[in-house]
Amino acid sequence: MAEEAGMFFVQQTVGSVLCCKCGIPMAPNAANMCVKCLRTEVDITEGLQKHVIIVHCPECDTYLQPPRTWIKAQLESKELLTFCVKRVKNLNKVKLVDAGFIWTEPHSKRLKVKLRVQKEVLNGAVLEQTCTVEYVVQDQMCESCTRVQANPDQWVAAVQLRQHVSHRRTFFFLEQLILKHDAAARAIRITQMDQGIDFFFANRSHGVKFVEFLGKVVPVKSRSDKQLVSHDTKSNNYNYKHTFSVELCPICREDLICLPPKVSASLGHLGPLVICTKVSNNIILLDPFTLRHCFLDADQYWRSAFKSLLSSRQLIEYIVLDIESCASEVTVGGSTYLLADAQVARLSDFGKNDTIYFVKTHLGHLLSPGDYALGYDLHAANTNDMELNKYKGFVLPDVVLIKKSYEEKRMKKRGKPRAWKLKSLGMEIDDSAKGKFDEEKMDAEYEKFLEDLEENPELRFNVSLYRNKEYQPSDMASVTDGEDAPTVPLDELLGDLNLTEAETDYDDMKE
Amino acid sequence: MATRLQFENSCEIGVFSKLTNAYCLVAIGGSENFYSVFESELAGVIPVVKTSIGGTRIIGRLCAGNKNGLLLPHTTTDQELQHLRNSLPDQVVVQRVDERLSALGNCIACNDHVALTHTDLDRETEELIADVLGVEVFRQTIAGNILVGSYCAFSNRGGLVHPHTSIEDLDELSTLLQVPLVAGTVNRGSEVVAAGLTVNDWTAFCGSDTTATELSVIESVFKLRESQPSSIVDEMRKSLIDTYV
Repeated sequence: MAEEAGMFFVQQTVGSVLCCKCGIPMAPNAANMCVKCLRTEVDITEGLQKHVIIVHCPECDTYLQPPRTWIKAQLESKELLTFCVKRVKNLNKVKLVDAGFIWTEPHSKRLKVKLRVQKEVLNGAVLEQTCTVEYVVQDQMCESCTRVQANPDQWVAAVQLRQHVSHRRTFFFLEQLILKHDAAARAIRITQMDQGIDFFFANRSHGVKFVEFLGKVVPVKSRSDKQLVSHDTKSNNYNYKHTFSVELCPICREDLICLPPKVSASLGHLGPLVICTKVSNNIILLDPFTLRHCFLDADQYWRSAFKSLLSSRQLIEYIVLDIESCASEVTVGGSTYLLADAQVARLSDFGKNDTIYFVKTHLGHLLSPGDYALGYDLHAANTNDMELNKYKGFVLPDVVLIKKSYEEKRMKKRGKPRAWKLKSLGMEIDDSAKGKFDEEKMDAEYEKFLEDLEENPELRFNVSLYRNKEYQPSDMASVTDGEDAPTVPLDELLGDLNLTEAETDYDDMKE
Repeated sequence: MATRLQFENSCEIGVFSKLTNAYCLVAIGGSENFYSVFESELAGVIPVVKTSIGGTRIIGRLCAGNKNGLLLPHTTTDQELQHLRNSLPDQVVVQRVDERLSALGNCIACNDHVALTHTDLDRETEELIADVLGVEVFRQTIAGNILVGSYCAFSNRGGLVHPHTSIEDLDELSTLLQVPLVAGTVNRGSEVVAAGLTVNDWTAFCGSDTTATELSVIESVFKLRESQPSSIVDEMRKSLIDTYV
């Protein structure tokens, strides 16, 4: 500055003074002592811990961060270095400049870290010093590994998910939802039971979290119970096994329901004959003759639980002979419907008799003469529903159409693989249960579920579909004329991350 | 020879004493130890006077003086002034100074011929210093410190200054003072030279923390070894032998 301003500037040469201890000439510093003497005078690493014992779980290769956190770290990794440095006591009294591992034999159970620290000593002189900290690695299994080693089946919380219906469609869908949200990642074991699934967890909180997840995606009723396993009166420790019983509402999509008079009245005299169009955390009911709809949340449902009159297994196929819309299209709860008058005949009757039914349907926008539709045959049904009997003078319609059928179009695709596939939870099958699982029935239901997914984009919304590698698109399929059975557009599919090959490589290396 | 001593467990003995070629002032301590060290070195040569200045013991930092005179700050009481006038030799002029910067020992460093002063001292004070102490006055700093009285100590034979003093500054100061100067420390690396050391032409006292290295620097720059009677004889003999040969 002074030079730039053109001022006279005296050059300053730093002189040398004698070190006050050993008398060698040196540049003056804050302590006026040479570095060697300063080193002998003060040891800034004095307060540092030089030997540290760290606890390591040999099973899952984690290190104990007291009081009870286990940190996963590889040897010589950044994470391990951070962990090691944090374990040194009194490091806050000096400034850490550098740290690094000194190589040690992996099975020597010793880690060595070289630390370079700085500290201000003797009126402002900053001294830098290196020191080596030795860590003794003590092997001790972590709590979860101990538990697994002692008894792999040991669980603390069990979630018993049940739906009292005759099919497993809901569970197929729920399985996909759980996979999509990775909700059962903490489960130790998943078992497929009669009319449900059991989930086992090592921790109560994991079970509670899972039950909360279920409450967000489906209307459920749950209760929890606990059983005392052991207790230690001296330390006031109690070990419990918790069981969560979660019941799904038995109403499924496409079910025909006769609402109890009270519910019907509370919903503004809806129905009483309604169709369930969607089940998420609440139930959407639609009156197919008036296109009125309403939402029913889990609380409302369980206050006066009702059952379905007919469910999707009882659907039979009809052929549409004529259709005539009687109103304009309306959008109800996110999907469009068109009220129409239709003439239908049972497919089984076709060519045998001339029984024709005149029905009102909400599917006017989908159906056209000659189409096939699935519906409930109330004319022939033998219903013994308590609720239905409460309505005096209520005349049941002969047919309630539920959805368009693509059965005919699908016939030619049978047996060919799909362009997409779903993941599965990998459930164990419980053979000890009274009702043995019927493999064929399961497969048929699963196939139905897959077809449902193809037909309903709304249903696919929460499901991850993966590209099927075995699928080869054929040219024949692409040249079919006109309307085709619905399929999933290819751009909706996810590429599956395949790690199996890498994993086997790793295993080879270990051997 | 330089002597190491302590004042009541403090090594800053320059704070509690003032040594010149004509007299020595020491603070009134709890024990006689401090006084008796001075007395044993200086008895019969110059008077050693116990005093306080303005009721405090930090007399070395408050007053400035040489063999010609003694300057006292305005905080000095009449009693203390009278006591000093009675105790010091008649040729020493004792003068109270009306200066805002009352720690005169910190602001003025002097020997019997030259004085370095704080740059902000009054003009009247400067004149008074010249008159009473009989010295040439230079306004100076030492290694950027304006408290020249704290960061240097010099006699008529040599001087010790702040360790950070540059070579150019050293040259300039030694030209002004006409004595050899050296940068150094006392009390095991302390840079407050005048606080740890009090010196006249033939003897020096320093804090007991002072190391052997520092002591040898002090003895050589103030030429304290040569001032021993034996050294004078040695020197004479050398020259005699020289002439013989």
